[in-house]
Amino acid sequence: MKARLRRYALFALVVVADLLLYLQHPARGEQAIRSALDYLVEMLLFIPPVFVLVGLLDVWVPRQIVEKNVGPDSGVRGVIISILVATAAAGPLYAGFPVAGALLRKGCRLANAVIFLGTWATIKIPMLMMEVKFVGLPFALLRLALTLPAIIATGYLMEMILKVGETGRFAQGAGEKNY
Amino acid sequence: MLFNVTLFVFAAAALCISFRRDRQKTKKALAIAWNSFRNLIPSMLGIIGLIGLMLALVPREVIAGLFGNNSPAGILLISLAGAVTLMPAFIAFPLAASLLQSGASVMAVACFITTLLMVGIITAPMEVNFFGKKFTFWRNAIGFVLALVIGGVMGVILQ
Repeated sequence: MKARLRRYALFALVVVADLLLYLQHPARGEQAIRSALDYLVEMLLFIPPVFVLVGLLDVWVPRQIVEKNVGPDSGVRGVIISILVATAAAGPLYAGFPVAGALLRKGCRLANAVIFLGTWATIKIPMLMMEVKFVGLPFALLRLALTLPAIIATGYLMEMILKVGETGRFAQGAGEKNY
Repeated sequence: MLFNVTLFVFAAAALCISFRRDRQKTKKALAIAWNSFRNLIPSMLGIIGLIGLMLALVPREVIAGLFGNNSPAGILLISLAGAVTLMPAFIAFPLAASLLQSGASVMAVACFITTLLMVGIITAPMEVNFFGKKFTFWRNAIGFVLALVIGGVMGVILQ
């Protein structure tokens, strides 16, 4: 209960700040509250379906199949699969770390794991929906077009820098700390 | 508005198909959706309130002055802010929209978004845990450089 209340600390602070602002400068306080309410309505009008879709993806896409298809010999297909799977992901990037770690342990190619993380962080579908909604289609499409090659290049660059060799396996192994 | 309607229709259709195939799985999916929604509410309310305060308090001229003229210092400042902060997309993009409204340039906002998404200073310790220091350093370093390049190109094209 206490922990749950603490999560509302920021909101409580904001409400107090809004009240103080309203008492000092009614016009500005009103503006702050009105723009916050506008944002709230806008979000409630589209977050529920996104979360339903995320829940469905979570339930219907099995992990084993994913792990089988992105190994060192998966080539272009592995890259495409890494990208497609990560675009369907949900949640923040740090939720992707354990997944990519598991992929590496099961023999996923390093480049594919980096590409997977990059896609997860930057161009997953729920994120693109938000982007189109708030900053427009041209912005979102251009960012997508530029980010895709950047992500793929990062994957292969990482293999070169970390010298993982011909097999494309990450020698240091996931889950181990290397100092 | 059309966008919202399409999204609702799509989600409803997917839900129906899933329900016909497997009720149990669909229930689980809805539970996952509801839990993520409930987890989101406190921080969402707080940060939406913050955005409202920022819009009311920080004068347009300040944002436009710092981030409106594509000065290298402004771009670097907003890119560092993007690299250091961690916020989910449903907060980052509304914030980006409000920055644009307040007079920030497309290049500055694009750099903010790309660095925010491609570099994670706050999550770096977790990344080190899973993949090691060298991996984490290089992934984020390469990400920062490419984020600046992408943001710059976007600023030039979308001007």
